[in-house]
Amino acid sequence: MTTATEDRPTGPPEGTPGTEPFLSVRDLRVRFATEDGLVKAVDGLSFDLPRGRTLGIVGESGSGKSVTNLAVLGLHDPRVTTVTGDILLDGRELTHAPRRALERLRGNTMSMIFQDSLTALSPYYTVGRQIAEPYRKHTGASRARARRRAVEMLGRVGIPRPERRVDDYPHHFSGGMRQRAMIALALVCDPELLIADEPTTALDVTVQAQILDLLADLQRERGTAIVFVTHDLGVVAGVCDEVLVMYAGRCVERGTVRDILKSPRHPYTWGLLGSLPRMTDDADEPLRPIPGTPPSLLTPPPGCPFHPRCPYRDQVPDDRCRVERPPLAPEGGGRASACHLPDERVRELTPGAVR
Amino acid sequence: MLRFLVRRLLGAVVILALISALTYLLFFTLPSDPALLSCGKNCTPANVALIHHNLGLDKPVPVQYGEYMAGIFTGRRLPLGNCPAPCFGLSFANDAPVWTILSSRYPTTLSLAVGGAAVFLTVGVGLGLVSAWTRGSLFDRLASSVSLMGQSVQIYFIGPLAIYLLVDRLRWLDPGADPDWSHDPAGAVGGLVLPCLVMSVIFWSNYSRQTRSLMIEQLAEEHVRTARAKGMGRGYVFFRYALRGAMGPIVTLFGIDLGSVFGGAIITETTFGLHGLGQLAVAAVTQTDLPLEMGVMLFSSCAIVLFNVVIDASYAFIDPRVRLL
Repeated sequence: MTTATEDRPTGPPEGTPGTEPFLSVRDLRVRFATEDGLVKAVDGLSFDLPRGRTLGIVGESGSGKSVTNLAVLGLHDPRVTTVTGDILLDGRELTHAPRRALERLRGNTMSMIFQDSLTALSPYYTVGRQIAEPYRKHTGASRARARRRAVEMLGRVGIPRPERRVDDYPHHFSGGMRQRAMIALALVCDPELLIADEPTTALDVTVQAQILDLLADLQRERGTAIVFVTHDLGVVAGVCDEVLVMYAGRCVERGTVRDILKSPRHPYTWGLLGSLPRMTDDADEPLRPIPGTPPSLLTPPPGCPFHPRCPYRDQVPDDRCRVERPPLAPEGGGRASACHLPDERVRELTPGAVR
Repeated sequence: MLRFLVRRLLGAVVILALISALTYLLFFTLPSDPALLSCGKNCTPANVALIHHNLGLDKPVPVQYGEYMAGIFTGRRLPLGNCPAPCFGLSFANDAPVWTILSSRYPTTLSLAVGGAAVFLTVGVGLGLVSAWTRGSLFDRLASSVSLMGQSVQIYFIGPLAIYLLVDRLRWLDPGADPDWSHDPAGAVGGLVLPCLVMSVIFWSNYSRQTRSLMIEQLAEEHVRTARAKGMGRGYVFFRYALRGAMGPIVTLFGIDLGSVFGGAIITETTFGLHGLGQLAVAAVTQTDLPLEMGVMLFSSCAIVLFNVVIDASYAFIDPRVRLL
């Protein structure tokens, strides 16, 4: 596969003032050494994210979404992980940055909301202390000021009576409150890049809406760039500007949120959209999951990694799907998809495939 | 927190009551009759009955047990002599109150147990921490293989070896002596260094291995990853987050080992010829001195149960979630 097709940025053309990508990922590869062999968890991923924009990353579990984000923050264990490629944050190279330089950026310029707030918050320290810690470290604030800041942040994420809850431990909080505390922790230093790894999956819809509003406000005020990882295509439609669909450690399709949701090109994206239940369906209408399971990243299938599950593989002549890996072909406007199906066939098939 | 402690203490009292009842039953209903032993060759049934009466053995067992337990708190007037509180009865062998004998012996064992535990916790946990910090390094691999050897070492083997090397040849350390805390505290410490070191060696490897694997486990925890994602430094994450998580299991392990710590102290005092509870217990058994055996037994159980309460309390201090229980 040529890098020429992989390395094309999705964002606006470079050099345009004010729209330069804040986060730029080029040919990112993340490999884990395991006892069974080398796992290619992310295999040649590139994307750009300008300030003030939100990129959605969607895909099944194990498609490399979280691994990508941990690589951006430099949180992989170098003993078992090799990260290659370039990660540029505001022009600074992060892949080979020294540990201390990364520590100064983490929690400060870039921060992350983790998915499972029950395990992501330490049971041993109060919520307030955990929120105040990075603020003290990055701003040099006094203990008292950091505490006031923690109270303020808890209030901003909608915790009632934050001045009383600040000294509670995470196990005193409900699941929704813990997730909000996690968000307060990620936002305490006003990050310029926020990576949100399924931040609202565990929350009920009303709380979810509040949190999404909060993130939108933050983005409007501060021009935060947000990477939003989710399975929830409804959330994608609401918050994202652009969408990147990942499968087996690669991008299989990307484009604006409108492109992806209205006219998806890749059979995997069709499958994702087609598996959603609809309000207009009968209640007894069966769900239509994508058949099969994601491939092993230890021994990925030859050719297109999606071909074992793809219902359209026989429509491509010469068995190409089993033999040749389709390149991520750019189609202009940041749009790209990696599929051997000819464009005309894609246009014919799309309506039926997604309903 | 207070409720937690009170409940643990009440639990300890129940356990001690059970232990005392069981051991009392065991010792005093055994077929060996102390009266027959002390009666000698010209034994008549009348003599045996008199001795039984003097020892209080003619009363029903529950009454004996009740009087025995009450005596611990109030003291007793026994036919053979006065026994002030805490009264564990009079020793058959030398007619002295058991407590007088016990209190001259337990400081040695207790000092050894506490000192040895302090040494092996420091050394074992410390080595484990260094191994976890430098995971995969030469030090880590060396420590792992030395640990394997350390596991198979016995006190009665390294004890004499250490005396030969460190005392006889190099003259670095005192050969070990019974501590006299009230009159010569410095000498007491000096006399305990070698025995405590020797005793601690058998525990090093277990604690260093456990600490290492607990730390590595903790460092992979999601909340530790969050701390790193906040930009906290490596040392801060290691000690404040990972070690905090590893401390609970280490303390639990120590609680389980308390019995072995006392056992180790007893073997050590024998190896070094010190006069502690171990020697006393052996003497009591060989002379069928039941009150003394009972006293050693109860005293050791009390010590272990009380240390366990302290450990439970420290567990609640380490993990705020325990305070809810």
